[in-house]
Amino acid sequence: MYPELGQFTLILSLLLASLLAVVPLVGAITGRDSLQAFARPLAAGMFVFVALAFAVLTHSFLVDDFSVAYVANNSNSLLPWYYKFSAVWGGHEGSLLLWILMLAGWTLAVAVFSRRLPTVMVSQVLSVMGMVSVGFLLFILVTSNPFDRLLPNIPADGADLNPLLQDFGLIVHPPMLYMGYVGFSVAFAFAIAALINGRLDAAWARWSRPWTTVAWSFLSVGIALGSWWAYYELGWGGWWFWDPVENASLLPWLAGTALMHSLAVTEKRGVFKSWTVLLAIVTFALSLLGTFLVRSGVLTSVHAFASDPTRGAFLLGLLAFTIVSSLTLYAFRAPVVHTRVRYGSLSREIFLLLNNVLLVSSMLLVLVGTLYPLVLDYMGGGRLSIGEPFYNTTFSPIAIAVGLLLGAGIFSRWKKTDGGWLGRRLLWPAAISLIVTAVVMLGLGGFTPWAFAGVLTATWVAVATLADLWDKSSSRHGRWHGLRRQSRSYYGMVLGHLGMAMTMAGATVVSNYGVERDVRMSPGETAELGDLRFTFSEVGERQGPNFVAQYGRFDITRDGKLVATLYPEKRQYRVQRNVMTEAGIDAGLTRDLFVALGERVGDNAWAVRIQYKPLIRWLWLGSLFMAFGGFLAIADRRYRIRERSAGKVPADSGKLEGDVVEAVS
Amino acid sequence: MHPIRRKRLTIILFLLAGLAIAVGLTTYALRQNINLFYDPTQIAAGEAPRDARIRAGGMVKQGSVVRSEQDLTVEFQVTDFVSSVTVRYTGILPDLFDEGQGVVALGRLQSDGVFVADQVLAKHDENYMPPEVSDALEKAEAASARVPPMNQ
Repeated sequence: MYPELGQFTLILSLLLASLLAVVPLVGAITGRDSLQAFARPLAAGMFVFVALAFAVLTHSFLVDDFSVAYVANNSNSLLPWYYKFSAVWGGHEGSLLLWILMLAGWTLAVAVFSRRLPTVMVSQVLSVMGMVSVGFLLFILVTSNPFDRLLPNIPADGADLNPLLQDFGLIVHPPMLYMGYVGFSVAFAFAIAALINGRLDAAWARWSRPWTTVAWSFLSVGIALGSWWAYYELGWGGWWFWDPVENASLLPWLAGTALMHSLAVTEKRGVFKSWTVLLAIVTFALSLLGTFLVRSGVLTSVHAFASDPTRGAFLLGLLAFTIVSSLTLYAFRAPVVHTRVRYGSLSREIFLLLNNVLLVSSMLLVLVGTLYPLVLDYMGGGRLSIGEPFYNTTFSPIAIAVGLLLGAGIFSRWKKTDGGWLGRRLLWPAAISLIVTAVVMLGLGGFTPWAFAGVLTATWVAVATLADLWDKSSSRHGRWHGLRRQSRSYYGMVLGHLGMAMTMAGATVVSNYGVERDVRMSPGETAELGDLRFTFSEVGERQGPNFVAQYGRFDITRDGKLVATLYPEKRQYRVQRNVMTEAGIDAGLTRDLFVALGERVGDNAWAVRIQYKPLIRWLWLGSLFMAFGGFLAIADRRYRIRERSAGKVPADSGKLEGDVVEAVS
Repeated sequence: MHPIRRKRLTIILFLLAGLAIAVGLTTYALRQNINLFYDPTQIAAGEAPRDARIRAGGMVKQGSVVRSEQDLTVEFQVTDFVSSVTVRYTGILPDLFDEGQGVVALGRLQSDGVFVADQVLAKHDENYMPPEVSDALEKAEAASARVPPMNQ
């Protein structure tokens, strides 16, 4: 009974989404307020019904209703309740429902937090969100219904959740990632609404900015969680594999990073408007592309479920429709925009332009690497794969260039920056970075050009960011006063850039100075890794809720002193009979020690992987810093002050409002 | 030139330069890092190159896995049920590696016909089969179905 109810609420939300896609837009075009007034209630209604459908599916999981095919395929009565909960998005249909729930949530958020926006804008933005929702609700109802029943032959128990996914990382990774993916639909909707209006002004950029930043922050967390999960659950200690599915999440992140920066220029200086709006479209298109790549089964990956081709065709159609229609709109409307603002050839505008060029180039590189094999295969050119070296050789130089420019760009001024002044300003940070890098290189033991470049860039970004903070915070009333006077959005930027430096440092150091050994070991034997001694002391067995685990005990000593004791496991899950590796990790801010049990290779011998991973935590900590910076930036007081001052202006005079707001800043 | 036009020209030149660098790097890196897939039949027929890193895949033949007593070297046969190729690998095999399962191996074909792998990928869950492997199996099945009429 409940599952049918779930399906019914999904159909209802499709109806509401269809109305949302049409009614407010018609109202906005014809100027009828009565129709525009439907926008917010429809958005709220759509969210409520999608949330109900999601609740019903969750309920089916929690009560082990195996008459529902999706539950039977992805759960089991032995599964602990929290994994039953996360199993809701453990397969194709449910993860799609989560996607739609996020979309409805973002739509609702726009409806709630847009009180100060002109009605026309709100109606159009919500209508565009409605259109996207229609596409995905149709997709789920037509091709991937999570409420399909297995009647009358109800299985006695479920096929269980893939053991790889029975992990804390999976509980949080997809929701965060989807929040990011789907969040870019808001920036997209704002861009489309602005194109329909033909009004790409500073006000539009200011409204889009916080939404873009939040979506980007969630996506950063989502990607970091995915990488962390791969590290301890899947990757045998690797943290990024340039797997097409990972790339699918990196693509919108790179485009979104570019978008955030170009939105800043558009808001502050009123330039790059056409470019910014194009980036907003591209970023969301890449989110859709990611969904297509992951969900259509064209890829060989953990995320790719065995699936039928209609799904891929539907998603591809949706993607093509979105891209073609929005670019057509762009082609007709974008040239309307004129810019009279001037800026010098050495200015913050130019630095941010370079940042965009580099980020978009890196995005294109990843895009080519990801799609080339697919396109070639589709055209009958044979199956091939593009290996990690491709990305490492092409992506790393661009990342370094982005970092080097970032350090210089922080000091640059809008409109015009004096070259000599900038050069003198950069002298000290450059000297400090070089010294720090040299010391780090000596400390780590061993110089390689790549490691040097990476560490130098990371240090340079950090030193330049802090030097700028030092400059800005000098005040007659003392340092503390100066520090407190800086805005939250400035601190957001500082944190974001420091986070980037951390991630770069972590990635460089762990790739260049990490040590890894695969050895054959029997209990009682030892293996050396640098000055660390790994002793395989015993093998034992323990029972989990739905698995049996064999574990090894490893005592790690340095100069005879115990550093850590690790218990890596080999788990066999009862239902799917899958064997899973659960690594033993001693995590630390400066290094991780990692032991994983491979397969049993003899009567008493095991294949064992032991690893020393310096600074690996910095990778993910840096991403969290970046995300936190984003959240801090949108908590800036200026958004609220501006909104209040803008609120005094009649709601329909958006153009005027924009000017007033500019005056306030 | 008009200052605005000059600015536009600068921007366009920047974009073109970025694009050129990207294209250059891409083609350079692509040339070295493309790994083509070959099934066991193709390898047995000598179609696979010996000097390039390639991917080979198929099913792990039942009873073919032989482990070394000293280290982590393992040898197994990968088959598409028409031809087989011996794969040698030193290291830890993925959890879902087993006899009778589909695998894809990356490495180089030696002159003695042994495929020395530096990476072995297995499927991630029991319903999932790497598309390359299922293709290779289908092709082999179709080929073996065609064989009997030719013999008659």
